[in-house]
Amino acid sequence: MSILIFAEGVDKSIKKSSLEAVSAGFALAQKLSTEAIAIAIGEYDAAALQELGKAGANKVLHVNVAGYPSAIAYASIIAGAAKEAGASVVLLSKSALGDGIVSRLSVQLNAASATGVLAVPEVSGDTLKVRKSIYTGKAFAELSLTGAVKVISLAKNAVPVKEDGAAATVESKTYPLSDLAGKLVHQKEEKASGDILLTEADIVVSGGRGLKGPENWGMIEELAKILGAATGCSKPVSDLDWRPHHEHVGQTGVKVSPNLYIAVGISGAIQHLAGVSASKVIVVINKDPEAPFFKAADYGIVGDAFEVVPKLIEAAKKL
Amino acid sequence: MKILVCITNVPDTTSKISFSDDKKKFNDAGVQFIIGPYDEYALSKAVDIKEKNNATIVVLNVGGPETEPTIRKALAIGADEAIRVNAAPTDAWFVAKQIAAVAKDGGYDLILMGRESIDFNGGVVHGMVAELLGLPSVSPVMKMDLEGTKATMAKEIEGGKEWLEVSLPFVAGCQEPIAEWKIPNMRGIMSARTKPLNVVEPVAVEANVSYDQFSLPAPKGAVKLVDASDPAKLLDLLKNEAKVL
Ligand SMILES: Cc1cc2nc3c(=O)[nH]c(=O)nc-3n(C[C@H](O)[C@H](O)[C@H](O)COP(=O)(O)OP(=O)(O)OC[C@H]3O[C@@H](n4cnc5c(N)ncnc54)[C@H](O)[C@@H]3O)c2cc1C
Ligand SMILES: Nc1ncnc2c1ncn2[C@@H]1O[C@H](COP(=O)(O)O)[C@@H](O)[C@H]1O
Repeated sequence: MSILIFAEGVDKSIKKSSLEAVSAGFALAQKLSTEAIAIAIGEYDAAALQELGKAGANKVLHVNVAGYPSAIAYASIIAGAAKEAGASVVLLSKSALGDGIVSRLSVQLNAASATGVLAVPEVSGDTLKVRKSIYTGKAFAELSLTGAVKVISLAKNAVPVKEDGAAATVESKTYPLSDLAGKLVHQKEEKASGDILLTEADIVVSGGRGLKGPENWGMIEELAKILGAATGCSKPVSDLDWRPHHEHVGQTGVKVSPNLYIAVGISGAIQHLAGVSASKVIVVINKDPEAPFFKAADYGIVGDAFEVVPKLIEAAKKL
Repeated sequence: MKILVCITNVPDTTSKISFSDDKKKFNDAGVQFIIGPYDEYALSKAVDIKEKNNATIVVLNVGGPETEPTIRKALAIGADEAIRVNAAPTDAWFVAKQIAAVAKDGGYDLILMGRESIDFNGGVVHGMVAELLGLPSVSPVMKMDLEGTKATMAKEIEGGKEWLEVSLPFVAGCQEPIAEWKIPNMRGIMSARTKPLNVVEPVAVEANVSYDQFSLPAPKGAVKLVDASDPAKLLDLLKNEAKVL
C-alpha cells in the first residue's frame, strides 16, 4: 500500500499547488501508516525534485517523457505507477488538467473519485471522508469514498505546504503511454511566461468595468507587482477584450482561492462571487457603497479607484 | 453527422441554495432550473455545426421526470431528439456510465458536454465517458473548427491557451466563447413539443461515492471599512490583523 501524489510543474519547477498535494499526501500516509510517493512527469533537475521531499514525499518517481503533456498521457503514466506501487490513494491538485487525469484514472483503476477536496481526507476504516464545495461555492458536501482505490484532487490553497520533510530518494522510471495520447496533435500554445499564474497566486488583484478601459490597467498591474500578486478581471472586461480570457474570474471563468483577493471597480454580481468565495480574505474598492461586493468582503474602501489605487500603491511601496 | 450533447438540469446561477433539515437533500422549492451554462455552450456549438454541416443533434440528460422542461428547452434551441435516462444523477461515475451506455452503439461522431456542471462542479464526466468509450477528450474547449473529420480546437490552459488537432470521434468539454447562446424562436418552441423525447432505464452501476451531508458556509461578518483617504490603514489591517501580507 502507498499514497501516490502526482506533482505538476510550470517552467521546470514544481507548482505550489502540487507541493500542497504532496503535503496532504504525507499527512494521509501518516494516518494510514504508509509511505507517500510523488511522481513528477517531464524535465526537472535534482533541486526541483528535492522540493517534493521537503514537502513530505518519501520517494520520488521521475518520468522524463518528452512530448505533448495531455491528461490522457499523464493518466496512463500515473495509472502504471499506481499499479506498480500498489497505491490505495492517488492525490493531485485540482485544475482542468487534473480533472482530465482524475476522470481517466478513476476508470482505469476502478476507483472512487472526488475533485476539489478542501482538506486532508479523513480515514474511517476503508472509507475516506472528504469535504468539497458544490453549487459553485454556495454550499459544501461531505462525501464518503469506498472501494480499494481512491483518486482525489485537492482545491488549491486548501492544505499548507510542509517545509521540513526529509530528503527523498529519486528513481527514474518509464511507464507505457496510452495509444490514445497520440490522437491529440499539439499545434501551438500561447502563454504568458514569467507571470504569476492566477490559479496559483497567494494574492490576486482584479479589476472590473469600473476601471473604464484597458488603458487604466497600469495601476492594477503595478499594485499586483508590488504585492507579488496575479491579475484577474470580471467577465465583461474579458468580453470587451480589455484583458485576456484566462484572467476572467467567476462562474464561467477561473475559480480562485488565494489568501487575499482585491477587487477594484467590480460590482460583485453573484456569478463573479462564485469564482472568488473560496478566497480567505476579500478586499473591495468601489465608489458605490451599495455595491453588492461589500456584503461578501472582509475589508473595503468606498472611493474612486483612480484616487484610491495610486495611494494604495504608494503605501504598498513602503511595506 | 451525429452529435450527442449532454446537458444538466441545474438551479439558475442566481438561486439561493438550501437543504432539508436533516441536511441530506437539496431543497428545490422556488428554485428555477436551467440548462447548465457550460452545457448551453456545448448545445449552441452543436447548433452552429448543424447549420453548417447538416448534423443531427441528440440531447441527453440523466435525471428524473422533473428535468423534462429543461430538455424541451434544449429541443427548442435546436436539438432534434432527446434521451432521458430515468435516474437521479447521484454522482459523476454513475452519470458517466449511463452516458457511455447510451453513446456506445449510437454512432455519434462528436460528444459535446460542458466543462463542468454548476451543481457538483466535478469537471470529470466528459473524461470518464471518453475513457469508458476509448475516445480522446479535450476540455475546456474555447474554439472548435471542423474540417471534414478533423477538428482544430483552442483549449484554455493555466495562463493561456493551446491549439490542438483531433480526428472524430471525440469528447469535448465546452466553455465560452465556443459559440453564442441561441435564443429559441417561436417555431423552435412549437416544434420542441412534438420532437421525440425517449425515456430509457439506467444500467446498473456499483456506487463507490456517497454524498452524506450538505451544509452552507458560515455567514460572513460585516465588512470593515477603511477611509478612502487612508489606504495605508488598509495595508496595516491586512498585514497585522488578517495576516495575509
Ligand atoms: C450565466 C452568467 C455567467 C456569468 N459569469 C460571470 C463570471 O464568470 N465572472 C464575472 O465576473 N461575471 C460573470 N457574469 C456577469 C455578471 O453577472 C456581471 O455582469 C459582471 O460580473 C459585472 O462586471 P463588473 O462588476 O466588472 O461590471 P459592473 O457591474 O458594470 O460594475 C462596475 C462596478 O464598478 C464600480 N465603479 C465604477 N466606477 C468606479 C470608480 N471610478 N472607482 C471605483 N469603482 C467604480 C461601480 O460602482 C460598479 O459596482 C455572468 C453572467 C451570467 C448571466
Ligand atoms: N446528469 C447529467 N446528465 C447529462 N449530462 C451530464 C449530467 N451530469 C453531468 N453531465 C455532463 O458532464 C459535464 C461535466 O459534469 P461534471 O463532471 O459534473 O462537472 C456537464 O457539463 C454535462 O455536459
